[in-house]
Formats: sequence, structure tokens, C-alpha cells
Amino acid sequence: MRNYLKCFVPTSDVSYNQCQLTGLVVLRVLIGWHFLYEGIAKVLNPYWSSAAYLLESKWIFSGLATTIVANPTLLTMVDNINMWGLTIIGLALTIGLVERPAAYAGMTLVLLYYLFMPPFVGYDYSVPTEGSYIVVNKNLIEAAALFIVACFPSGGIIGIDKFLVPKSEH
Amino acid sequence: MSESKKENVTEAKPTNTMNPERREVLKGFATIPVVGVFFYNLWKKLRIDEMRRQNLLADLITTKDAPAAISSSSSGDHLRIGIIGYGGRGQHLVRGAGFATPEWTARASENAQKNKLDKGFETFMQQEDLNVSLTGVCDLFDVRAEMGIAASENEIRPGGRPAEAAKKYRHHTELLEDDNIDAIIIGTPDHWHSQIAIDAARAGKHVYCEKGLTRTFDEAIDLYDAVKEAGITFQLGHQNRQVEANEKARQIVEQGLLGPVNLVEITTNRNSSWGAWVWDIHPEANKNNLDWDTFQKPSPNKIKFGDEALARFFRWRCWFDYGTGLSGDLFSHDFDAMNQILDLGIPKYASASGGIYFFKDGRDVPDVFQATFEYPEKELTLLYSATLSSNQSRGNLIMGHDATMQLGGQSNRGSVAGFIVTADIESTRYKEKLNDGIINPQYPIYSYTPGSKQIDGITSATSRYFANKGLVYTYREGKRVDPTHLHVQDWLDSIRNGTQPRCNIDVALHEAVACHMATESYLKGRRIEWDPKKRRLV
Repeated sequence: MRNYLKCFVPTSDVSYNQCQLTGLVVLRVLIGWHFLYEGIAKVLNPYWSSAAYLLESKWIFSGLATTIVANPTLLTMVDNINMWGLTIIGLALTIGLVERPAAYAGMTLVLLYYLFMPPFVGYDYSVPTEGSYIVVNKNLIEAAALFIVACFPSGGIIGIDKFLVPKSEH
Repeated sequence: MSESKKENVTEAKPTNTMNPERREVLKGFATIPVVGVFFYNLWKKLRIDEMRRQNLLADLITTKDAPAAISSSSSGDHLRIGIIGYGGRGQHLVRGAGFATPEWTARASENAQKNKLDKGFETFMQQEDLNVSLTGVCDLFDVRAEMGIAASENEIRPGGRPAEAAKKYRHHTELLEDDNIDAIIIGTPDHWHSQIAIDAARAGKHVYCEKGLTRTFDEAIDLYDAVKEAGITFQLGHQNRQVEANEKARQIVEQGLLGPVNLVEITTNRNSSWGAWVWDIHPEANKNNLDWDTFQKPSPNKIKFGDEALARFFRWRCWFDYGTGLSGDLFSHDFDAMNQILDLGIPKYASASGGIYFFKDGRDVPDVFQATFEYPEKELTLLYSATLSSNQSRGNLIMGHDATMQLGGQSNRGSVAGFIVTADIESTRYKEKLNDGIINPQYPIYSYTPGSKQIDGITSATSRYFANKGLVYTYREGKRVDPTHLHVQDWLDSIRNGTQPRCNIDVALHEAVACHMATESYLKGRRIEWDPKKRRLV
């Protein structure tokens, strides 16, 4: 249990070779950048709403999606969680601050995007997509990548987390 | 990354190399410059977007706000209205005035509980209380007359308990004689419109008449004169006049964004029995509770009461004896929307053709119908085509030399759809901007999504998609308004203020004459010309 909880706190208690560290930092920063812009683009657009996306929802969450869209207060909450959540997670990953919680939060978010609109065979969506997908799409891949980021943290070496780790560990 | 080449293993614990503290601090901040690069790019993008928007819109679109909400004066005089013809459409109009039958409110409230996205009940209950009573109901079918009385007493309505209950009248003349009625809504089939409206005008009652204005051309002229002479407030039932998208479209055309417009195409496809007016025959209708003789009084051909008569009573749109088919039912809507946007007026010539190709059920109105209307003075042709056996939604197109406006179309998608404006690749006006890449003819230069109030020159495939679908932002705004309610409100406000409503008798005449020119052309098999001086068709 202690070990499990440990994955959620910043750590510098890891060691990688040069190549591994470079790969992990690059992965973390690229995902951070993507999240940051997805968030800021929504924050800057006063007309953005998750309603359009939610209305297209299929599979297990379609009922929940309808409930959210039908309730203006709930919809506003979900909109805010999305636009600010993406922005904050993006910034956190980019600068390596509270990296693990950010990676897990980000993973949950993209996993939800996947589950609300899974590209299963026979599920058609009218929202235009930029690629061709069957079962696996970029959301699922990004969620998996974030799992890697969370399991192999680099913020304690290259990132602000370095300063958050208790001195005794240094 | 500031790792030295010597190191091939990086550990969390600092090693005792040169300037260890400094090195560690630098490692901590190593990715901060990425944030700097991000915001530099964001700033660059926002600047370019803004420049494009300025370039595109600043000099083209002067009013960027959505039209203001209609101001209401329902606090003025209390008005007493009567409904003549309480069928499907009549019931909708009376709901627009704030009265629904108990069956309707029960069903709508049940639907809302079953489907959270069904906002019909909420929309009705949130309507503004128009400060009116429903004091008279006249319908030739007793069951519907009783429904009207029940609606007038239903307390489930915006504004709560009604001031007084409605009285039932057998004939429209009795209703018009009653001093307890200030204004009437006509929801009868077209063949009764002109007689009732003329009688009402002469009795000094204000009139809201459902479209098409009349069944024949002569009736339209007579009605026009009667309304003008009596000076009553007349509103024709084209609720599209209240639709924000059409107002916005009008502003864009006025500002010359499309360039010269020589061709306009409107279409209204449908593909169902209901859409082709094969409506249910009420199971309780019989000789004793349905006044068939009065019903067919103004129609040219008379038949005896029986099954055929019942079909004609409930499916009247299928016969020229009572209506004008596609012309008065669907073309009239989209014509009026185009008249609202383009100020078309009455055409000089009309030619129409079509036939009964799919619904061979005894009807005499065509189920495939096309008409061309010429406006030589405006250098414009209006093209209409429709089928009742395909749902292919083609929308409406205003084709200009510089840009094309594509609208959802009133009858195709209802009044909720938005529109997009796309620049023409051979445009003169946008030539430079097209060459400079500021305008991409593949994407709209302007998209309008109802309720969003969004003005955006930077549109993507996604926004184009939603502009066409036009359903999302209404929920965000929290409140959805039925244009029919706004149209009734506009009429009532005009009565109180002595002003002209949006679909007054002048524009109503444009609609009526255009429709009748097409109908006449179809029936006579030749081109019809409008003589504006003698006010006749030749």
C-alpha cells in the first residue's frame, strides 16, 4: 500500500541512463505542451462547450453525457474542469511540477475522452476526426503514454519537482 | 538538457562535480524555456488570427452583435383573443400565446422526465406571459373546440391561472360579433383564411393568420384591401421572421459580403407520409360532431359527407379545393425567409411544373414541384424545387459573385439551423485576400451558429459542421425560445403599440402572389406574369 501511494508523490528516488532520461523528459514535455494548448484554446474561446462532444457520446457513458448536457450547471462545471484541468495539467507536465499527480489526472481525463467516444466497430460519430481509428485511437495512446510518465517520473531530476523533494532524500 | 557528455548515468542524488548547486538548480528549471517557446507561439498565433479576423470582418461586418432580444410590452393592455381553427397548427399558435391543452402539458412534462434533452415543456413554461386571455374558440370539429376550451382553463402555463375561460362558437361570424374578443388567430385550412380575415377586419378585430395567406390570388388582393381599409394589425404566420439567423443573414447581404446575387435556390424536401400531409383521421369524427357543409362552403368542388370527406377534412393540404400543396405549405416559408433576407418582393414572371409521382392516394396537388421566379429589375432568378419522396436535405443557397451563403432552410431543418458564407474562388472582391492566403475558399469566411452569438472568421471543418447542425449552444444559453411564441408576441406588441408587425400585410402579399403565380403556372401549364399596375396575373 505504501508503495502504491508512493507513486503519487514527487520523487527523485530513481535513476536512468542518459538516453532513458532524455526520452522521458521529451515525452513528458510534449504531452504537457499538447494539454496546455488544448486547455488554453478552450479558455480563450468564450463559446467553447463540451456539449457538442458529449451529445455524440456512445457506449457506457452516453447516459451520463446526456445528463450533463441537460443540466446547465453541471455542463458549466464539466466545461471548466476540462478547460482549466487541461491547462493546469499541461503546465505542470511541461515544467515538471507535481508531475505524478498531473500525469495520473491527465491519464484519467484522456481515458474519459476515449470512453465517452470509443472508436469501436459499428460506432459512428458525426464529429469530424483527423485520422482513421479502429478500437485504438490517439486518446488511448496518450493515456498509456501518461501512465509511463507517471511510472517513470523525470520531474525530480529535470523539473521543478527537484526542489519539492525533501532535502533528506538528496 | 544540461547534462555533460561525460555523464552517461544520471542519478537523483547530486554528484560532487563542478558547481554542483548551480548545476542542480539549472536542471530543475531546464524545461521552463519550453513554456516560453509555447507562449511565444501562442502569442504569434493569436496575433495572426486577430489580423485575419480584422482583415476579413472589420471592414465587412459592421454589427458584430447578435440582434437584440425583442422588447416586449406585454405589461400594456390585457388582450382577449379568439382562435378559429384549433387543429395541429392552431394548437401550436395558441401555445405560443401561452395556452396548452391539459393533454399536451401532461405529455410534454412526461416526455421531459423520460428524456432529459426534451425541453419542450420547459420552453413552454419559460415563455413570457403575454398578458392575454383565450376567450373564444371556434372549430368545426367539436372534439377540437372542447380541447380549446380546456386549454383556456389550464392552469399549467406561464403566468399561472388564466383570467377567464373561453366560450365556444359554432361559426366564426358569431365569434367576431362578440365584444369580448379583441383579436383572432386563424388556424383554419387556407380556403377559409380570406373570408374569416376579411370579416374580422371589418369587425375591427386584429388578425394573426396562418400561412399561406389565401387559397387563390383574388382572395389575397381582397384580403389586402380589407386589412388596409380597416387599419387593423395583421400578422401572417411566418415565424421565420423572428429567427435570429435570418436577421443576421440579412445584415450580411446588406453589407455586400456576397457581391452581386443573380441566383437563389431554395429547396424543401420531405420523405414521410406525415410530411406529405397524410395525417390521422380522428377516430371520433362523425357527421354529428363535424360540420362538413360549413367546411367545404368556400371550396369550388363539393362532395357529400362520408369517408372521402373525412379524409379531405383531416388531410386538406392534399387538395387544391382547400390549399395549394407544396406552394402554400413549404415554398411559402422559404420564400418568406428569402424575402426577409433579400427584400425580393413580388416576382415579374413565374413558371412551374411537377406532378403526382409518388403519393398516388387520390390527391390532386403535386408531390414533386419546381418553380422559377424572375426578377428582371433585381437581375435575379429564384429557383425552387421540392420532392415529398426524398429527405435529401439541400438547404438554401444565395449565390453571389463574391461569396455564397448556405442556409439550413426553414422547412428542411426547422428554424434552428445556422448558415455559412464561403468565398468564391473567382471572386473580384476577395481576389487579393485569396491570393495572399488570408481567405481559404474551402472554409467559410463567416459561420453563424444559432444562440452562440459567435462571429468568427477563423473557422474549421468542425465549426462548419456545427453551424449546419446548429443545436449545441441553445443548451448553454440555458433558455430556448420558440419562434412561434415570439411571432405571436410581436403581433400582440404591435396591437398595443400601434406599430407594424414583422410579417405585416405588405410582405404577406409578396408571399401570396409569388405562391399563386407558381400554382397558376402549374395548373395552366404556362408562364405567369404579374401586372403590378392593374394588380392582376396575366
